[in-house]
Amino acid sequence: MTRHTLDQLEIGNTAVVRRLNAGGAIRDRLMDMGLLPGTPVLAEFRSPLGDPVAYRIRGALIALRRSQAREVEIDLSEGACQ
Amino acid sequence: MTAQTVKLCETCPAYDASALKRLGVKVGAADYVVALAGNPNTGKSTIFNALTGLRQHVGNWPGKTVARAEGGCDYNGRQYRLIDLPGTYSLLSTSVDEEIARDFILFGKPDVTIVVVDSTRLERNLNLTLQILEITDRVVVALNLIDEAQRHGIQVDARHLSRRLGVPVIPMAARRLQGIPELLQAVEQVAKGLYATRPHRIHQFGAKLERALNGLIAQIEQEYPGLPNARWVALRLLDADASIEQAIREHRLGDLNRDVEASGTEKAVPAEVVA
Ligand SMILES: Nc1nc2c(ncn2[C@@H]2O[C@H](COP(=O)(O)OP(=O)(O)OP(=O)(O)O)[C@@H](O)[C@H]2O)c(=O)[nH]1
Ligand SMILES: [Mg+2]
Repeated sequence: MTRHTLDQLEIGNTAVVRRLNAGGAIRDRLMDMGLLPGTPVLAEFRSPLGDPVAYRIRGALIALRRSQAREVEIDLSEGACQ
Repeated sequence: MTAQTVKLCETCPAYDASALKRLGVKVGAADYVVALAGNPNTGKSTIFNALTGLRQHVGNWPGKTVARAEGGCDYNGRQYRLIDLPGTYSLLSTSVDEEIARDFILFGKPDVTIVVVDSTRLERNLNLTLQILEITDRVVVALNLIDEAQRHGIQVDARHLSRRLGVPVIPMAARRLQGIPELLQAVEQVAKGLYATRPHRIHQFGAKLERALNGLIAQIEQEYPGLPNARWVALRLLDADASIEQAIREHRLGDLNRDVEASGTEKAVPAEVVA
């Protein structure tokens, strides 16, 4: 297991949320989107400009900006990151 | 929803036409105010239109509701004012149009709040549902899109969910007008206090936090006499919610006249939400 953040997750791969590094409003927003420790997240596709990226979270497709995804620490098996 | 669909429905046998009169916008002094809340795209406007006979824009984005719409209906001789709210994922981390919904749910003093949930994404939708159950016990859950759930092989045990949440849960396929009579009945029962809800609540605070809360609540009530949900506001202040702090500082807490015009123009993002 290597420690990474969600913005590093490659399209088509799944990771599990380890912790949220942000505080305040950003943290509230991420949790409201269903990103709690233990939640599996699939990076589904990237928008044409590369940001945001659409993630599958608890059955819904959620677009996160890179600045937000960076705040989410994930666990994943080797090789799932760029 | 088109006017045609509404007409069709009046002839459909499941519809208790004698009990429901759609009043459109012609609603006078209503007996009850009913808010339609829920995550985006769960069918709030579809239900609103079925009840009022109005044609509030329905559809996938960009038809989403960005301002609140009002209409009325008469059910069993009582007048209901219905408020169709923009979709929101949360009462906590709100975007600008979500704030309109949040403010009405918290400060608009609805007699009943219908929380419209998407049966195919129940887990996600329960976040807002539980937040609303924290602040009011007059709630009816509209378990909408059960036709979609069935198509995906998902079965939701509405009775069990109702027991766990402590409020009525009505399975619906609002686009086909399924469940509308049952929804009306549940709203009536909760409005009249005939259904004793026991809302599921998570918060159990220690004595220390309660003391801090009570001190803040007293100050908030002094500053904003009659403000509903001062306790919720106090909790947000303790949680350092910058938007609530600012609203208090600018003396616009509970000010419900900040609706923005429906614009329908937003940048295309290939997903449901930009968080
Ligand atoms: N299959 C199915 N579709 C539905 C049902 N109810 C609503 N819809 C459809 O879902 C889409 C969204 O419905 P709306 O009523 O606009 O949803 P809303 O909750 O008002 O959406 P926002 O205002 O954006 O939050 C529309 O295409 C509706 O026709 C239902 O019970 N079953
Ligand atoms: Mg709507």
